[in-house]
Amino acid sequence: MSLKGKAAIAGLGITAQGKVYHTNHVGFAAEAVHLALEDAGLARADLDGLLVNPGLSWGDGSMASFQVQQAMGLRNLRLSVAMNAGGATACAMIQQAAEAIDAGLCNVVACVFSDAPLKPPKPKPAGDGGGKGTGGSAGAYGFARGLDAAYGQFGVNAMYAMVAQRHMHLYGTTNDHLGAIAVAERQWANRNPSAQFHDAPMSIEDYHHSRWVVEPFHLFDCCLVSNGGLAVIVTAAQRARDLRQPPVYVWGMGQGHPGGDPLETLTSGAVLAKETAFRMAGITLRDIDVVELYDCYTFTVLVCLEDYGFCTKGEGGAFVADGKIAPGGTLPVNTGGGQLSSFYMWGMTPVSEAVIQMRGAGAARQVEDAKVALVSGNGGILSTHSTLVLANHR
Amino acid sequence: MAEYPKPIPAITPEMRPFFEAAKRRELVVQRCLRCGTHRFPAREICSNCLSREVEWARVSGAGEVFSYNVMHQVYHPGFADAVPYAVVVVKLKEGAKLNSNLIGVAPQAIRIGMPVQVIFEDITDEVTLPKFAPA
Repeated sequence: MSLKGKAAIAGLGITAQGKVYHTNHVGFAAEAVHLALEDAGLARADLDGLLVNPGLSWGDGSMASFQVQQAMGLRNLRLSVAMNAGGATACAMIQQAAEAIDAGLCNVVACVFSDAPLKPPKPKPAGDGGGKGTGGSAGAYGFARGLDAAYGQFGVNAMYAMVAQRHMHLYGTTNDHLGAIAVAERQWANRNPSAQFHDAPMSIEDYHHSRWVVEPFHLFDCCLVSNGGLAVIVTAAQRARDLRQPPVYVWGMGQGHPGGDPLETLTSGAVLAKETAFRMAGITLRDIDVVELYDCYTFTVLVCLEDYGFCTKGEGGAFVADGKIAPGGTLPVNTGGGQLSSFYMWGMTPVSEAVIQMRGAGAARQVEDAKVALVSGNGGILSTHSTLVLANHR
Repeated sequence: MAEYPKPIPAITPEMRPFFEAAKRRELVVQRCLRCGTHRFPAREICSNCLSREVEWARVSGAGEVFSYNVMHQVYHPGFADAVPYAVVVVKLKEGAKLNSNLIGVAPQAIRIGMPVQVIFEDITDEVTLPKFAPA
């Protein structure tokens, strides 16, 4: 029997985001769950399910759900698991919650992400030379013992950049195309008072002038870094209707994890995940009013627009070039500014904006008459993918 | 020799044959003994047929640039003078891919599909690194 519309998001909690230092990753998670419960009009005692996606600062996050349970004094949970598929986790947590509720395990599930990678700035000692490559002890560069480091290959940006470079080679994708995505999302962020870049407009010239991180990625091709926490409360649809907020119904769920080498395929798991999610939801692309895509990079958005079928493989650049994804365009994408310009709570960023849009709570950035939202999560290097179709009606 | 400023890779047990071959100026990658698939770096099992039977096989050293990036951030002080520099993915003729550097080609001149051939760079008395040059 289809799960379409049987579960709903009944609460949303977003802590302060960005350069915030008042607590740690556990504290941010607890705060977000607390805010989400308040938003729903529920109490801690109502919660019997907890799913936690630990960000990088958790280190070993294997017991993250238990840690949050203990931090919040929660008792007698009937579902409590730490989950991690990178950026695909947020949608996957909501899927897990919906399935567990439907199976009768539990009734009220908090799904939460938190991270605190930013450290408060240290006061600089007098006479510090700074500069781009100060020497350090061998211990400080313990990460540099692998073979990749010998060739100067460091970090995720470097690997993702290689995938983008190949897409540019095969399909003629350009930095102007990627820049169109960055500029559009910044325009949305400029309408979102909660966005870290709310007050900073960006032109395409600004995009091109932003420093190179690793070619072909400029600074403005790469997502922000944020401290904070973000949680949703998932309940059965009929329970959500009794609570404080307009329910946001889960119509469709899917995951897609293609395997193989993304350098060869230049394709995410969206192709696979969409099939499951859209079949469950009983929709086609034409039914989507707002699109919230995981945007660790502008390039990820471009690939996912292709993979969801808004355009064909390789045509993502031309598709975004005319500004249709920006405010005023025909296909609103990342309407809060996304991870590029609002805040980076992994897959919870697009989830939260979809919930806000479905509730009609988007204020200056509200897409008029938005009824159905597509949400994506993407992890690794086009490694993992999850999809939700959300709607503001049954 | 002046102290090598860039990171020196740890010689792990599973990768030892690669480094020993490089000192002999030979490029080797793992080859599954059951299905013949080449793979790099060292892995426990063949992802094609799941066999654990493997040998380190000498390869021709010929390949092409499959992709690349140009690094602008300094992650390690040894690269402070090198930025911006390119890291390439070379797809060897035999099928395996490996990250490396392309010597003698400015980053802006790198083209996907460029034919390349392995060369060897002694970075310390103990460690030699395979790199690539235009073929």
